[in-house]
Amino acid sequence: MFKYFIPVIVFFALAGFLVTGLYKDPTAVSSPLVGKPVPQFTLPKLWDNEIEFSESEFAGKVSLFNVWATWCLACRQEHPLLVELSNSKVVTVYGLNYKDEISEARRYLVEHGDPFEASAVDATGRVGIDWGVYGVPETFIIDKQGVIRHKHIGVITQNDVQLTLLPLIRQLHNESM
Amino acid sequence: MIKIAMIPEVGNFALIIALCLALVQGIVPILGAQTRTFQWIAIAKPAARAQLLFILISYICLTYSFITNDFSVLYVANNSNSALPIYYKFSAVWGAHEGSLLLWVLMLGIWTFAVTIFCRSLPNDMVARVLGVMGLVSSGFLLFMLLTSNPFERIFPSPMEGQDLNPLLQDPGLVIHPPMLYMGYVGFSVAFSFAIAALLGGKLDSIWARWSRPWAIFAWVFLTIGITLGSWWAYHELGWGGWWFWDPVENASFMPWLVGTALVHSLAVTDKRSSFKSWTVLLSILTFSLCLLGAFLVRSGVLVSVHAFANDPARGLYILVFLAVVIGGSLLLYAIRTPHIKSSGQFDIFSRETALLVNNVLLLVAMLTILVGTLYPLFVSAFDLPSLSVGKPYFDFVFSVLTLPLVLVVGIGPFMRWKSAVMSKVLIRLIKVAVAGIVIGIALPFIVAGKTSILVSLGVALGGWSISSAVYYLFKNAISSGFGIRGFRRIVKIPQATWGMSIAHCGIGIFVLGVTFVSAFEQVRELPMQVGQKTEMAGYEFQFEGIENVRGPNYASKQASVRVSREGRLVATLFPEKRTYLVQQNPMTEAGIDSGFLRDVYVALGEQVDEKTWGMRLYYKPFVQWIWLGAMLMATGGILAALDRRYRIRFKRGGGQHVKEKMYSKRFAIPS
Repeated sequence: MFKYFIPVIVFFALAGFLVTGLYKDPTAVSSPLVGKPVPQFTLPKLWDNEIEFSESEFAGKVSLFNVWATWCLACRQEHPLLVELSNSKVVTVYGLNYKDEISEARRYLVEHGDPFEASAVDATGRVGIDWGVYGVPETFIIDKQGVIRHKHIGVITQNDVQLTLLPLIRQLHNESM
Repeated sequence: MIKIAMIPEVGNFALIIALCLALVQGIVPILGAQTRTFQWIAIAKPAARAQLLFILISYICLTYSFITNDFSVLYVANNSNSALPIYYKFSAVWGAHEGSLLLWVLMLGIWTFAVTIFCRSLPNDMVARVLGVMGLVSSGFLLFMLLTSNPFERIFPSPMEGQDLNPLLQDPGLVIHPPMLYMGYVGFSVAFSFAIAALLGGKLDSIWARWSRPWAIFAWVFLTIGITLGSWWAYHELGWGGWWFWDPVENASFMPWLVGTALVHSLAVTDKRSSFKSWTVLLSILTFSLCLLGAFLVRSGVLVSVHAFANDPARGLYILVFLAVVIGGSLLLYAIRTPHIKSSGQFDIFSRETALLVNNVLLLVAMLTILVGTLYPLFVSAFDLPSLSVGKPYFDFVFSVLTLPLVLVVGIGPFMRWKSAVMSKVLIRLIKVAVAGIVIGIALPFIVAGKTSILVSLGVALGGWSISSAVYYLFKNAISSGFGIRGFRRIVKIPQATWGMSIAHCGIGIFVLGVTFVSAFEQVRELPMQVGQKTEMAGYEFQFEGIENVRGPNYASKQASVRVSREGRLVATLFPEKRTYLVQQNPMTEAGIDSGFLRDVYVALGEQVDEKTWGMRLYYKPFVQWIWLGAMLMATGGILAALDRRYRIRFKRGGGQHVKEKMYSKRFAIPS
């Protein structure tokens, strides 16, 4: 008789997860990485895979590190904002091209505009694991010492830029080296 | 049109009355059926019909507010604009959270109404229970609207102009996509209510399955059409040539489709063989639960998605409690009641029942992989798991693995007889089908593209296998009796449901062919083009003729014109656009597409490079239309199967207790 109770038990277990999800702001899942230096890595760059992209790239300036992919529908939504941020020169925008086809990724940037100073190619997703990437898109703000100061999960909206990202970036600019 | 000031209040009031009626419809008839109080049972139908009337009034009031640009209504102010074309004002009603809920309850009302019309051959207590369960579901949604998402909420002072409808949603495809999808979602509430009613009444027999079957098939048809339109819309409107993105909202609609497909097949077994009873009940509950779960996922903001509506924990909590009551309650009822059901109908390992069981298991596994993939972020945050990402790569991989056995079973199933099939007979037929599939798999890619690879041939062979199996099954009797008059008579005699099944299975094959060809032989070129410049791809010549500024009703647009020709003959002139919607200032891409049976030519306009040069993306997409053609064939098959004669005349032969219903059966085309 017990087997007939399995569905209802499974359902309530699932409902438990949904409750926890409800009370966690999905864009602010605590990241153990915030406040820590960026993980070490070396990856090829998107436009020239002879050149290496490593954590030293972030030194000495405030940077925004955006995890993106061409297969990610949401990334296309936030893309114009990244282009805008990059054009405004308030922050150096870098990309992590995540589990993607290089040729697709290049084509995508040609069409939609390339906001990235450079994009690292993480074809296998190995580096993404070190960065705690659990979905695409994700956006990190990194200070001049190369310390992660903020992590944003999901699409960034105009609101996020104005209310969270830009104030933080300005504050980081004022911090001394 | 004149603005009548009180219309939104009328709408609001109608909604409250609808809620009261829904509560009456949900409580009184069920109690009546349990206590055999005839007067209480009799309330079900009038209450259901009156409820629809008041929801309809409410819906018309909201539409009216849109048409008259009544921006004192917050929802209208957020989702419309006086410059919005009139046809989009109608569809803007369901363009965001509150209004789409109203559409949802309207659909539920319509389905309930349909049940009150076509249920005359059903016993009264059964009808009362079915309508009662639907009333309870409806009251849940109405209460949800009134408490957390009232579309008639006013804003003061009222703005002069509205925020406009999300430009992504300003497309003809979107005018019909959500209503179809909702018809599907909500339609499964009928099968669900039948299952719950059967559990409450303790009568779980094959007659119950036969009643519920056409309803489930119709809901499945709507869901199929809705998902197809969504995919087609994404292809046209999102401007990057893809047709499926594994976005959480797409997944939310795909999960009930998969389980709904399993349900439709399992109902067949229960109907014809009286087996799988408790399994079918469980699937009925599961399908509708997934529809509700989809609503929760989309609306609570638990998952991040492009489609995301409101992001409000109060709404999320309400839906979650509602889910817990509806799904938890039904599953509990299931757990208590089903152990007493005896499934009759023994069957061999080598039988159609087994094939359908395999089909069910595969579909369920497919659903679970999507569920896990979609909810993965939640599990991660609950357990602090080490992160690994799921996304398109995960789903693409899992699905290509699952499709293989699923399509194989689709080809095998129909040739198996119920209860016990003769292996040698089935094998002989399947070998013929397999040979046809392999020939198609090798030959067709060469004909289409002049080359092939193992994976491409495998995909094409699978598609060919499914199609040839369906065609062969349909005409096997005609073939065996020769192609003369006798053969023709045999074809005429094929039952409509068999046509339906074969056409739907054919559709799967065509879908697989479309997916395989477009992913293998698609060609893309991305290049800057100067005005006047020509370029070639896949045998087509593209000439960029110029760019023009175009003003739409609520957008400004840069429109390119591109001449597409082949061997010197003009094929089409395409006008890809980059639009900027004036109110929300979003840039939107409108692709220029020339669709054909064998290929699409697709041009998207990119960024401006310099004064005379623009980025341009050219696509050659062979067989891409077959993806939607296949899906539409599945839907067509479903319609044919649901309208089979069998459901219309069954009560004539139905025996004892249904003799009385004989007289009704002639009057109504659709049963139960």
